[in-house]
Amino acid sequence: MRREHKATIRRALVSTLPVFAGYIGLGFGFGVILRTRGYPIWLAPLMACTMYAGSMQYVAVDLLFGGVSLLTAAVTTLMVNARHLFYGISMIEKYKGAGWRKPYLMFALTDETYSLLCSDTTTDPSRYNYYFFVSLFDQCYWIMGCTLGAAVGGVLPFPTKGIDFVLTALFVTIVVDQWRANRDHLPVLIGAAAAALSLLLFGSDNMLIPAMLLIAVVLTLMRKREVPTDG
Amino acid sequence: MVNTHTFLLIAVIAIVTYLLRSLPFLVFSGRKTPAFVTYLGKVLPYAIMGMLVVYCLKDTTVLSWPYGIPELLACIVVVLLHLWRKNTLLSIAVGTACYMVLIQVVFKTA
Repeated sequence: MRREHKATIRRALVSTLPVFAGYIGLGFGFGVILRTRGYPIWLAPLMACTMYAGSMQYVAVDLLFGGVSLLTAAVTTLMVNARHLFYGISMIEKYKGAGWRKPYLMFALTDETYSLLCSDTTTDPSRYNYYFFVSLFDQCYWIMGCTLGAAVGGVLPFPTKGIDFVLTALFVTIVVDQWRANRDHLPVLIGAAAAALSLLLFGSDNMLIPAMLLIAVVLTLMRKREVPTDG
Repeated sequence: MVNTHTFLLIAVIAIVTYLLRSLPFLVFSGRKTPAFVTYLGKVLPYAIMGMLVVYCLKDTTVLSWPYGIPELLACIVVVLLHLWRKNTLLSIAVGTACYMVLIQVVFKTA
């Protein structure tokens, strides 16, 4: 393997470590739930490979268990995963020129992969390999977590309550990084405020879609304002 | 338990998820991305991160014991540590460890 590939892989491994912890935890939870509903272990890696969606896989267990219609499944997926439309919009420019990697990069654009890659500012040609490995490693962690959870079932070696805070902490560090790198703090504040308002109005299970719509509307209205320059 | 319908459901969910993720790329491939979409793509990462932090904390108990104190303290630890050392892994590890100790030992709930 060429040396620059090794360096890229190492960089991707280091930056995905927080996601490793988070996905093992979250995936584990999914695997446990799947097993407690009586499904076989191999269904966990199958779903992690084909769907590769955090909250949606949790919902999917209920859909499978209820044996809902295909239409219900499609509509529910649209609702739960609509936020991914917004992720794609941010990555259109970034993924231009990714070549053969692009179909997979689009497929693997989860919340966490998005959060790692949208804040990446490298411009050298190796960045597409970096995007690819970050996406690939994240999905590997997810498959591992889901499978492990399904295999182990409900027996945990140590009290892991609260381990899912890694994802909260990951997002907080990204906000801090963004805050320092950019003088325009209004978008992040709008995002947080819209989410808080949506949480109050619609409750924790239905907050995402209204929050995203509100964010899109407010940002659109603000488009013509003066933006402080970076620095 | 597992039958043909199970596989069909998995296929439908997987396909709709992939369509949602790839739709922006398909719609704006080839031609020049409209300025409005480029603008949204530029500001959305910030707004969405703000939203995701709130989303992660959505199930925090605020109105009764422990009043969201563990979450607040752990977030403050992450922010301060990150401002000080600028090390993502360190901030996340220490913040999460603090949170786990806080909810498992200090602010124990039944």
